[in-house]
Amino acid sequence: MSWIDLIGFGEHGRGAILLWATGMTLAVTAASLGIGALLGSVIAAAKLSASRPARWLGDAYTTVFRGAPELLIIYLVYFGGSQAVTAVGQWLNYEGFLGLPSFLAGAIAVGLISGAYQAEVYRGAYQAVSRGELDAARSIGMGTMLRFRRILAPQILRFSLPGLGNVWQLSLKDSTLVSVTGLAELMRTSQIAAGSTKQYFLFFIVGGALYLVLTTLSDRVFGFAERRVARSFRHSLGRH
Amino acid sequence: MDFDVAFLLSTFVKLVAAVPMTLGLFACSVSLGAVFALGITYCRVSGGAFLSVFARAYVFVFRGSPLLIQMFLIYYGLGQFPAVRHSLFWPVLRDPFSCAVLALALCTAGYQAEIMRGGLQAVPSREIEAGRAAGMSGLLLFRRIIAPIAIRQALPAYSTEIILMVKSTALASLVTVWEVTGTAQRLISQTYRTMEVFLVATLIYLLINFIIVRVMALVEYRLSPHLRERPVSASDGGRQGEVHG
Repeated sequence: MSWIDLIGFGEHGRGAILLWATGMTLAVTAASLGIGALLGSVIAAAKLSASRPARWLGDAYTTVFRGAPELLIIYLVYFGGSQAVTAVGQWLNYEGFLGLPSFLAGAIAVGLISGAYQAEVYRGAYQAVSRGELDAARSIGMGTMLRFRRILAPQILRFSLPGLGNVWQLSLKDSTLVSVTGLAELMRTSQIAAGSTKQYFLFFIVGGALYLVLTTLSDRVFGFAERRVARSFRHSLGRH
Repeated sequence: MDFDVAFLLSTFVKLVAAVPMTLGLFACSVSLGAVFALGITYCRVSGGAFLSVFARAYVFVFRGSPLLIQMFLIYYGLGQFPAVRHSLFWPVLRDPFSCAVLALALCTAGYQAEIMRGGLQAVPSREIEAGRAAGMSGLLLFRRIIAPIAIRQALPAYSTEIILMVKSTALASLVTVWEVTGTAQRLISQTYRTMEVFLVATLIYLLINFIIVRVMALVEYRLSPHLRERPVSASDGGRQGEVHG
């Protein structure tokens, strides 16, 4: 069987399953970006808050999750989560081991890491918002929530777009480590295909090429979004 | 999970014994990566069209694909070919440690090359012109003018890359190198106490990174005396604000 059959879409080809796995990689990365966005905005708020314990907690979070190896965080979430689920199971009189679903564990673990990086992105974006605009909003009588909704949030989202692009690329690569939990994403699927056909070189090259396609496409998408968003800055940039 | 101090301590001691392996992976791959990166940066900035395309392609491939797949490609992929197994490189490619170092070095070289290029681009052209006007050229110009400015510019990004590399050494455990993460997994298979062992391992990585961050901050401090406040002496203490304002 030639290599083209192996990666093709025929009877013995792995093409379809590799494409499915690429979709799974995208799905787990997208889920982790969502979880990270929630966590990241809370942590950024903590780091910017006036309360000293909140700032300390925020700093501790970003230090730990940016300083510990991604692989260990994934192990901790997967095994820790499974232990917790098993404990709940025993409490509900279910005997035996219950595993945390690997998609969920992977998305949470990569999301925890992504949250630490996103917190820094949002913090930077907040600090880039012109103080004058906030003062102006206050002076015409906007309350905290209204200021947040009308002045802060729109600008923070725009300023953080380039940083979010970087975080997305990081998470895409971190998602390969989720393969250790057995989730059939691109890394794991390439590994299985390589092992069962003994064509290691071929399938790791193909897997690597698919990752390159993903990172290049995401680069394009974020580039497009940034240009789109830049339109709204054209008139305001000179005035800061 | 009960809190067993004696177990945590003994785990800590066993994992610390694997720290030299982690640091060995780290030091070998960062320095080998720096050598590769110098070559790539040279290709990118001073080579012809062909070398420049090679440098761009290298950076694109190694920054765009995940490290784990690069490592598996080198460790499992290359060994598949009889030609490789019979070549002179086989003693290197057969050994998990050297494969892990090679993969880490090739990957970080892509990132380091971009950092070096950024540092070089930050050197103001008027400084280079001034150097030339004073009669410097070639290596002397590089050593006296370009390198000092470029290194200072690149240092913060370089520190970040170094921290990422410490974390990346954990992946070597997946190609059977017994560094801290691999040793942690072996301890778990003996004791079945997953959380405690992984938490102690995480703590060790955080300590290593903390020390590296401190060292890099010290290096940055030493290399930037021109950005620091001058020590206040009796005669010019009052003018401090004017000088730096």
